[in-house]
Amino acid sequence: MDVLTLARIQFGGTIAFHYIYPPLSIGLGLMLVLMEGAWLKTGNNLYHQMARFWTKIFALTFAIGVATGIVMEFEFGTNWAAYSRFVGDVFGSALAAEGIFAFFLESGFLAVLLFGWDKVGRKIHFFATCMVCLGAHFSAVWIVVANSWMQTPAGYHIVGEGLHARAEITDFWQLIFNPSMLDRLFHTICGAWCAGSFLVVSVSAWYLLKGKHLQFARKSLKVGLTVALAASLLQAVTGHKSAQGLEKNQPAKLAAFESLYQTTSNTPMVLLGWPDEKNETVSGLTAPGLLSFLTHNDFHTPVIGLDQFKPEDRPPVTASFIFFHGMVFIGFALIAIATLGFFYFRHGSLHHRRWLLWLLVFSVLGPQLANQFGWFAAEVGRQPWIVYGLMRTPAGLSAVVKANVILSSLILFTLIYSLLFAVFVYLLNDKIQHGPHEDDLIPSGKLALPDPIKKSLK
Amino acid sequence: MHLDLNTIWFVLIGVLLTGYAVLDGFDLGIGALHLFTNKDEERRILLNSIGPVWDGNEVWLVTGGGALFAAFPNVYATAFSGFYFALMLLLAALIFRGVAIEFRSKRPEKWWRQMWDISFSVGSIVSSLLIGTALGNIAWGVPVDANGEFAGTFLGLLTPYPLLVGVTTVALFMMHGAIYGVMKTEGELHDKLRVWAVRGIIFFVICAVTLTMATLLYVPHMAARVRENPWLFSVALANMLAIANIPREFHLANDGNAFLSSCATIITLMMLFALNIFPNMIYSLPHPENSLNIYNSASSSKTLGIMLIIACLGVPVVIAYTICIYWIFRGKVKIDRLSY
Repeated sequence: MDVLTLARIQFGGTIAFHYIYPPLSIGLGLMLVLMEGAWLKTGNNLYHQMARFWTKIFALTFAIGVATGIVMEFEFGTNWAAYSRFVGDVFGSALAAEGIFAFFLESGFLAVLLFGWDKVGRKIHFFATCMVCLGAHFSAVWIVVANSWMQTPAGYHIVGEGLHARAEITDFWQLIFNPSMLDRLFHTICGAWCAGSFLVVSVSAWYLLKGKHLQFARKSLKVGLTVALAASLLQAVTGHKSAQGLEKNQPAKLAAFESLYQTTSNTPMVLLGWPDEKNETVSGLTAPGLLSFLTHNDFHTPVIGLDQFKPEDRPPVTASFIFFHGMVFIGFALIAIATLGFFYFRHGSLHHRRWLLWLLVFSVLGPQLANQFGWFAAEVGRQPWIVYGLMRTPAGLSAVVKANVILSSLILFTLIYSLLFAVFVYLLNDKIQHGPHEDDLIPSGKLALPDPIKKSLK
Repeated sequence: MHLDLNTIWFVLIGVLLTGYAVLDGFDLGIGALHLFTNKDEERRILLNSIGPVWDGNEVWLVTGGGALFAAFPNVYATAFSGFYFALMLLLAALIFRGVAIEFRSKRPEKWWRQMWDISFSVGSIVSSLLIGTALGNIAWGVPVDANGEFAGTFLGLLTPYPLLVGVTTVALFMMHGAIYGVMKTEGELHDKLRVWAVRGIIFFVICAVTLTMATLLYVPHMAARVRENPWLFSVALANMLAIANIPREFHLANDGNAFLSSCATIITLMMLFALNIFPNMIYSLPHPENSLNIYNSASSSKTLGIMLIIACLGVPVVIAYTICIYWIFRGKVKIDRLSY
């Protein structure tokens, strides 16, 4: 294999593995804030037990997220040195801001969240939990800013020529709020909320099936299903907004997502099908005019097809199509699952419906797969560009790195990540089997002290 | 030397990397010492002495890397693609070090704990060694071609001088970690760590003296810098005083001050390093005219200015809450059910 292919496999593989964890940290971070907040508000110690249990799961995902995240920052320079020189002036500042505003906040207050339970009072602990959650969300903001700039560059100008050309900042706020940034940020965050909430739902449903920790499971389900339903519904809205943005900013990507070869009025949308790259067609079930309607709010306006782009400017169609449609399909399935779960939970008959509980147990895989597919679609759909319209992917490669060096690092990381994933699943299972700690029903240390304000009111 | 944005960013990246060395230095040092005791209880205390803070400490490296990318993209690109395999090894070592802390005490089995103890310790030692070796290469000079690309090989980075810097870094972090450990423990382990700290000091002083002689004898551009700027000796003197102060503070039973002295040792060493390479960031050998310096590798002054605002807004807040968090976890380590 050539250097470029190896560099792409290595970068794509390490980032895909990394991306299992940050969405869990963001989503579970929100769940922790809600649970601990509910405890402070209601004084119900079941919420305290929940916050303690989910904190342990959070710690596990966070540790691997940090360990695999530092790899990503290094790999921009190791694999994509030419790209790094080209974008450093604009991309680097987002990365540096991520370090200063997000990572310090997250990891600093994590200490209090994990180890501070008995050392600080309720309010300070809750504050720390909020800061960890905020830090996790900030990290999403900055990395989506940087990635969106690669999709829809703005606020820059090109200085120099040929090998020495680079993008330099002209307007910081235009750069940050580049055309696709907000839509993609909300979409990414909703995906992360789904990841966190469906994990909570899955584990709680499993406890109900096994008849264990029933009170704990019901309370967790209540919080989990509420967030899962809200997040999966919002996900459809933000996804729709993102796709409309694509039509304006990256039409080739949208065309590849839909395998739309010809620009026609009443543009159809493929509901279920398979693209044929050789004959430039799609076979399957299509809804006439639907793509026109979704992008332009009108059934007739044509959507730009791949025929408007030279073959060398088109993304790989089959891969884009499969990842995009896989994501959308899972997204709608999650809405259906969350709605059913929520409805029967409110109805009070969820625990009788074992099929639904089993469905909820396995639903945890949905957001994970959809998050991965979504990112693959976003990045494959940007090809052949590393920075859309400005730099092609092969031009971004490190000049000095040899194929055998990348291959050896690829093997090294495959081994390490396989081991990490095995240990992660083993320990996660161990924690879930073990379940919530009974002692956690009684807050200890300074947490046991009643709220000073309530006390003075009495 | 006039103060422009490029210089400010050279200093700020220096501050971030020094922060990393001071803070994660003791984490890595504790890791390097971890296998010196074979009692499970003592190993747990060592792990938990850094448990709440190691994560935040590693962020200094992440932010330092991000700041390097943003402020001096050419240096970042050349160094990271040039040191490819060394960095992959560093990442592997940091990963094992990090997850071992989280994983180790999750299961009671002996083999399980032994496995992660070894990952933790070897990961810490290899990380320190590689970080030091990288700095050593920057000091010694690396081959850079006219396009500013690295023109050497991985094995070419493992020459005696950089390796000596690597070993010195391991010694420095072991000393620093032991002194941190003295501060955080009590009883039998505390006494053990005190002995290790003294041995660490001796080990480090031997390395440091050898390194200084090697630098003056074999690294002509560094030696020339010292000859032209004799005041650099005052920084070296401050460094020696800081080291000498550690046994004194131990004798007076001021473990906290001993630790501060150890921090001062690292800070002065990093200052010496920075003052010696300034304004170069990657010194090119054998073609010094290809060196990457703070002017030919920097981002635009607009970016440097924006990032300075970001740093001025963010860094004071970071330092403030970092101090608060260290304050919450002050005092001797106690093992409880939340511990690793």
